[in-house]
Amino acid sequence: MTELPLIGEAAAAPSAGSPDTSRLAGAKIGVITFPGTLDDRDAARAVRLAGATPVALWHADTSLGDVDAVVIPGGFSYGDYLRAGAIARFAPLMSRIIDAANSDAKLPVLGICNGFQILTESHLLPGSMIKNDHLKFMCRDQVLRVENNNTHWTSDYAAGQEITVPLKNQDGQYIADEKTLDALEAEGRVVFRYVGFNPNGSRRDIAGISNTAGNVVGLMPHPEHAVEVGYGPESLDGIGGSDTDGLGFFTSVLNKIVGDAK
Amino acid sequence: MSTSAETVSKKFNIDTVENAAKTPDTELPWAELGLKQNEFDEVVKVLGRRPTGAELAMYSVMWSEHCSYKSSKNHLRQFGEKVTDEMKKDMLVGIGENAGVTNLGDGWAVTFKIESHNSPSFVEPYQGAATGIGGIVRDIISMGARPVAVMDPLRFGAIDHPDTARVMHGAVAGIGGYGNSLGLPNIGGEMVFDSVYQGNPLVNALAVGVMRHEDIRLANASGKGNKVVLFGARTGGDGIGGASVLASESFDDTKPSKRPAVQVGDPFAEKVLIECCLELFKGSLVEGIQDLGAAGISCATSELASNGDGGMEVELTSVLLRDPTLTPGEILMSESQERMMAVVTPENIAAFEAVMDKWAVEYSWLGEVTDTGRLIITWEGEVIVDVDPRTVAHDGPVYDRPYARPEWQDSVQADSFTGSVQDAGRPSAPAELAAAVTELISSPNMCDKSWITNQYDRYVGGNTAMAMPDDAGVVRVDEETGLGVALATDANGRYTYLDPYHGAQLALAEAYRNVATAGAVPMAVSDCLNFGSPEDPDVMWQLAEAIRGLSDACMVLGIPVTGGNVSLYNQTGSTPIHPSPVVAVLGKLDDVARRTPSGWREDGQAIYLLGTTAAELDGSEWSNMRGHLGGLPPKVDLAAERALGEILINASRDGMIDSAHDLSEGGLAAALVESSLRYGVGARIALQDVLDRDGVDLFTALFSESQGRAVVAVPRSEEIRFKDMCTARNFEHLRIGVVDAASGQLEINGVEPLPLESLREAHEATLPKYFG
Repeated sequence: MTELPLIGEAAAAPSAGSPDTSRLAGAKIGVITFPGTLDDRDAARAVRLAGATPVALWHADTSLGDVDAVVIPGGFSYGDYLRAGAIARFAPLMSRIIDAANSDAKLPVLGICNGFQILTESHLLPGSMIKNDHLKFMCRDQVLRVENNNTHWTSDYAAGQEITVPLKNQDGQYIADEKTLDALEAEGRVVFRYVGFNPNGSRRDIAGISNTAGNVVGLMPHPEHAVEVGYGPESLDGIGGSDTDGLGFFTSVLNKIVGDAK
Repeated sequence: MSTSAETVSKKFNIDTVENAAKTPDTELPWAELGLKQNEFDEVVKVLGRRPTGAELAMYSVMWSEHCSYKSSKNHLRQFGEKVTDEMKKDMLVGIGENAGVTNLGDGWAVTFKIESHNSPSFVEPYQGAATGIGGIVRDIISMGARPVAVMDPLRFGAIDHPDTARVMHGAVAGIGGYGNSLGLPNIGGEMVFDSVYQGNPLVNALAVGVMRHEDIRLANASGKGNKVVLFGARTGGDGIGGASVLASESFDDTKPSKRPAVQVGDPFAEKVLIECCLELFKGSLVEGIQDLGAAGISCATSELASNGDGGMEVELTSVLLRDPTLTPGEILMSESQERMMAVVTPENIAAFEAVMDKWAVEYSWLGEVTDTGRLIITWEGEVIVDVDPRTVAHDGPVYDRPYARPEWQDSVQADSFTGSVQDAGRPSAPAELAAAVTELISSPNMCDKSWITNQYDRYVGGNTAMAMPDDAGVVRVDEETGLGVALATDANGRYTYLDPYHGAQLALAEAYRNVATAGAVPMAVSDCLNFGSPEDPDVMWQLAEAIRGLSDACMVLGIPVTGGNVSLYNQTGSTPIHPSPVVAVLGKLDDVARRTPSGWREDGQAIYLLGTTAAELDGSEWSNMRGHLGGLPPKVDLAAERALGEILINASRDGMIDSAHDLSEGGLAAALVESSLRYGVGARIALQDVLDRDGVDLFTALFSESQGRAVVAVPRSEEIRFKDMCTARNFEHLRIGVVDAASGQLEINGVEPLPLESLREAHEATLPKYFG
């Protein structure tokens, strides 16, 4: 496998079907690596295929540099031996990310799987994840419904659109108290819901949520594994989805970044 | 050697070399450590005195069957001897190193290896299977490669035996728990249930890694004055004597549990170790590197020193410990996981330490490379080991174990399934045949394996182009060119029991065929030879025959064995497992986008059967379902396998086929069902031409396991070209049907139609029924 230039040394490789890359390549999206992070290269690839430049961020860094958005990728940070995301939340760079996400600039932040767990541990998003109700690790191609396409990370989807992306986790059962769940529903902050099959016992079939402003989104399934023809869900399970349903996350945030910059 | 019970502090009675020379008559526990009388005598002869406790510990683990290959070495030589120059041309590193390395072109190299972790996985399935992954992955890192995928061939006892669920749940969760945490996609493997594996499950693990040519690293300690460092996890009391007392003996209910001999894994530590090692390689900060697996520090120090140009001196109290009460012998034998040993030049020490600090990996400098030719280990300055490292690592005992064709072999081979009691009432009516197909594809060995594979991450890395249930796993290596590799592992213990020579060849033929079916050019072989006790002449004959068969077949197919592992003593009491040579074949795809998946998709495509079918039901899954094992396995025709492989590879490269599935266990019936269930697309099949040409009945056409066959789907536009290619190559091919997307069923003339929905239900229900 190619060592992807995580640092933005190489210009984004244009790819078929991606948006106007010349305009977008200037956008820098940081991908943070903790010890035990696994899907950082994949997230960087997704950023690149969407047309932007991925920037490697290290957990011990104390500055976010000039990134326009941040992806917290999946994995098992610090082995997740304590509680998923519980240690990563205290990394120096997480403090910067929390501040930037809450600031007026509303830094777009996407947490995928372990990243979602880190975001709830960081209190950027409410609720928490516990072990799957069936107690096993599960890897499958999962259908999701986009419940809210008004976030920074979902604007390229249609409201109600169904997409297929891989899901793979051990601790993916989303829980929160009823009041929080009611509030999330009322404020339109349930961004994704599992369709057809709830793979982990998540409350109200919730797969992903956002903060009030919509700049911070977290979800358990992995959009970064559905960005390239031949390597996404369709090629493996053939359940009728597309290989590239996940690309919209990354093009959405790019449009937001570029749109805001105009 | 003092035992841990006596040592609550570090105040041991250290058995120094000096002391050993003075006290030749001291009783030593060599038998408890697994050495035989003649082997102990040999140690004394080599040293010219009795060994110290620490030396005894080293020799006992390094001379164990698991580490020394003492029973198989004389036979394994054939893998190195039966090799042509043509076969060697892409081999960059051969047998003997941590793993073989094959040239992929464009400056890329690939390394892969398969190993067993059988005994620990029976004693403690979760940790046994988990550390099996950990160990093989460290072998791959040691070569300088980034690991990119793993695979797991598994063989358990009867599906309905109460203990099988314990082993199954533990081993699968262990493989997932460890492998998933490393960020390595699990791209395939096998699952076989058979009561012969009840007390001896086989948990084999394969890892594959890639690197640039210039990054290849070897395990040797050279350059006087270079420093020796141990890094990664601390050394603890787990896995002491794992290689000698666990992996090299048969289980016996009369002895106490050997659970403490199983290592405990920490996948997070391993993941950090992977990244840390890759950073060391990138900066060229290590001269030689060796992972710590079986026999721990004993193995790493003696192998590094033995492969190098001088000697080594190490202070054992510098080893970082989890348990301060460990004795020197225990420290030398501990198989604690996630540790590596490296040789670093003095100039690189600071840079090396910076990488360790970045990844928060613990390390300690143990000593240095010398020019004395001796491996010297001290304890607080006192010499407790003074040996020629070659005598520990390489010049262990070699046995020419007696072997002979078992007396029972003839009667087993004479007992054909056809006409046997179990063959009574062979299905022939359309309804019976439909029921037979359904029974086959829901049987333990042929059912859907997603209960297992859904517990493994197949996506991580973003380069997985194919994984289970396709015939081979395919991983992209170079994102710009699409260069990639395909891997398949296969074995059939039943075939090998009936005929070890041909059974081993059949395993190779199937793995070869699977790789070619994916469209890849087979390049190299790694094997994991799982057998019973070599002290049983029957078993030894099976081993000798299997190695002879495998090495002969590699010559014909033109692909070399680049590494592997031998696992002996897989037996309960005096009953050995079926001889189970698990063969992994690695192939190359210039562009993984051209890979061939196993399922039908496009309506109207023509379905062809390649190869011919004979009445070969002995050893088959059908005979297994009927409780019969006897006769002769299917005939091996390696020239035909090669011809079939070339057709599949060319057809894939030139876009002549859209799907291909090899025929193996379960024959045509299994292949047709799997091809239709892959994407939920049905077909209409008529086999009359096959029956006429091959002179077989419909049942035989469906359930025979004749080799050298595959089913392919050919787009209409390519049909003439495809047929011409097969004709030009003189390879038998028949159009047997057409893909029918709308029907929602598999329709075979003479068999009641099989709705895909009910096939899927039957196929998928089996594992959840037994394992929840």
